[in-house]
Amino acid sequence: MSEEIVLEIKGLAAAIEGKRILQGVDLRVRAGTVHAIMGPNGSGKSTLCQVLAGRAGYEVTAEFARFLGRDLLPMAPEERAREGLLLSFQYPVEIPGVKNVYLLKAAYNALRRARGEQEADAFEFMTLVREKLRAMRMDESFLHRAVNSGFSGGEKKRNEVLQMLILEPKLALFDEVDSGLDIDALRVVAEGINALRAPDRAIVLVTHYRRLLDYVPPDVVHVFHEGRIVRSGDRSLVETLESQGYQWVVEEVAG
Amino acid sequence: MGEQFSVQEWVKREYRYGFVTEIAEEVFPPGLDEEVIRRLSARKEEPEFMLEWRLAAFRLWQQMKEPHWARAVYPPIDYQAISYFAAPKMGKDRPKSLAEVDPKLLETYERLGVPLHERARLAGVAVDAVFDSVSVATTYREKLAEQGIIFCSFSEAVRDHPELVHRYLGSVVPPGDNFFAALNAAVFSDGSFVYVPKGVRCPLELSTYFRINANETGQFERTLIIADEGSYVSYLEGCTAPMRDENQLHAAVVELIALEGAEIKYSTVQNWYPGDAEGRGGIYNFVTKRGECRGAGSKISWIQVEVGSAITWKYPSCVLRGEGSVGEFYSVAVGNHRQQIDSGTKMIHIGKGTRSTIISKGISAGRAQNSYRGLVKVLPSAEGARNYTQCDSLLIGSRCGAHTYPTIEVANPTAVVEHEATTSKIAEDQIFYLQQRGLSPEDAVNLVVNGFCKEVFNNLPMEFAVEVEALMQVTLEGAVG
Ligand SMILES: Nc1ncnc2c1ncn2[C@@H]1O[C@H](COP(=O)(O)OP(=O)(O)O)[C@@H](O)[C@H]1O
Ligand SMILES: [Mg+2]
Repeated sequence: MSEEIVLEIKGLAAAIEGKRILQGVDLRVRAGTVHAIMGPNGSGKSTLCQVLAGRAGYEVTAEFARFLGRDLLPMAPEERAREGLLLSFQYPVEIPGVKNVYLLKAAYNALRRARGEQEADAFEFMTLVREKLRAMRMDESFLHRAVNSGFSGGEKKRNEVLQMLILEPKLALFDEVDSGLDIDALRVVAEGINALRAPDRAIVLVTHYRRLLDYVPPDVVHVFHEGRIVRSGDRSLVETLESQGYQWVVEEVAG
Repeated sequence: MGEQFSVQEWVKREYRYGFVTEIAEEVFPPGLDEEVIRRLSARKEEPEFMLEWRLAAFRLWQQMKEPHWARAVYPPIDYQAISYFAAPKMGKDRPKSLAEVDPKLLETYERLGVPLHERARLAGVAVDAVFDSVSVATTYREKLAEQGIIFCSFSEAVRDHPELVHRYLGSVVPPGDNFFAALNAAVFSDGSFVYVPKGVRCPLELSTYFRINANETGQFERTLIIADEGSYVSYLEGCTAPMRDENQLHAAVVELIALEGAEIKYSTVQNWYPGDAEGRGGIYNFVTKRGECRGAGSKISWIQVEVGSAITWKYPSCVLRGEGSVGEFYSVAVGNHRQQIDSGTKMIHIGKGTRSTIISKGISAGRAQNSYRGLVKVLPSAEGARNYTQCDSLLIGSRCGAHTYPTIEVANPTAVVEHEATTSKIAEDQIFYLQQRGLSPEDAVNLVVNGFCKEVFNNLPMEFAVEVEALMQVTLEGAVG
């Protein structure tokens, strides 16, 4: 396992409209590992994801926040993406009129340019896209539909994973990629995520169900509560949460 | 926190064509009366019928009132404060060859990206260059003449082909059609003329580039295109003007005539100076464009990309007289800052089995007001007529407005008329989503805008598609799919 630290944050706090949502998050994620962040609804998991991805509108502070050794907070959202921090959205955004394939190509080339590489030619690009579509059991007609427009919940999530497979981030953040999926779709999504696992890549799964984690076993599990990580452990923590519930874990921490 | 996406930045694009050419021009003093019209006609050595036609139009105009039903607000126009003729001084006759054209004019068109020199000419495009009130050069005319195609300035057409002018002038847009058309008929100074003979497919794109340069003058040009039976022509017009603090009036008329089985494709890239961010200056673009599908199986397509002008008042229309004739209107109208756009089309179905398609895409940013105004009219004679209308508006920011005023009048029960309309907004979360995939905010907006306009851009002549996308600051995705 690589020793490289992909993400390292300490005391990350965020407020919106005067309301404090993140209360000091500490997290360190090494390359080659899968982390799971579990926590009840409204605890701030999505806020953490959005803040890491660079969404404007939050007041953000931290003792430090580093992505691949770089100071994260001053970076624009597109810079973070180009450096390899990608977020799979809990609610992927619909963009009527823009074909999926155009977005994929624009994104793919933006990342290549950022790495000082030539833009991909159409053939090379389409070969890659077709391979990844097959992996996600998606029909080619997907490419010509408008981004997320009129997609079912499951289609949207598959589309997010497809983008990850094509864009190959250093840190793949998945915000509830498992919610609203039937069992077949969940399996496909999990396979996609497993295909992403690589020694130089870190994966963070935000979820509040264990279902996904049965397919993608995490190396580290964090319990998120009221805007901070209150407990971390290995895979067995999932079992504890399952049998005792969040409240028990939280109370135990408090006590 | 990272960089915020700013709509303001995006719409603050600089107008790139705002320079003034320093050149000696002959300019009529401001004012309009019969004497001015006589002088204009004499200056152009027109035949008697033209002078009579102008004077009749002028008398009609004097009886008419400036229309104010459009959704646009502007101070009253003083028609006596406008000069009705301005032309670069170049001797009595139009230059016989480019060698005789003032180098400053050539340089002007060069800067506008429309080189007229033999060496640098756009491949596959013949250009008529109109500078203020006159045409200064027309390229490739000999090549076109080989096939009997006439492509020349309107003044030359009046002189060299009076029978064609006499027969068709005003036959689609009569002088009394409306206030601005009447004014144009009285004072129009030049423009382009095209005649494509029977069965000829015009091998080049024909193009007119209109440039306003002089101060306090109006531009009133007139274009007449006749496609004889079974012929085909694709025509493009482009236009720009210097940046000035006062408004300038542009009142053009375009008439298209498609005879049996003929097809005319008329594309416009309208980039008149739109005024500054506060709405100072800019062109009033009050234009009448109409085509008549006179013969059976004929077709007229209007494709317009409207990005300029302080105010646009323009409804390129089709009169579908010939049986089975087809009219199309594809439009992208972009307004930002304080631009006001009132544009759309009329499709008049007269013949049996006539069909029309209207695709209108309105984009509003800044404090712009963008209105689509359309009429689909099916007369009792138009058995089995069909129309499909799609009218989409995209809002960027929250201070602009989009409005649609579609009118449908159907007097034949067998007609099928469909209308769809949508309004959407570029939302911050869309921009963020795209940024999160590595796109800059500008590229994100361009991707959305470009996707929104695709159906219209796909109909532009290839030679200009690239230019238009650059104009819209759109980074294209390349050859995909
Ligand atoms: N834009 C916002 N403005 C105000 N409050 C917000 C905003 N976004 C989220 N919140 C609040 O922050 C808290 C955490 O939300 P979220 O991060 O979505 O939690 P989770 O993803 O864990 O369900 C919730 O109480 C939510 O109502
Ligand atoms: Mg959430």
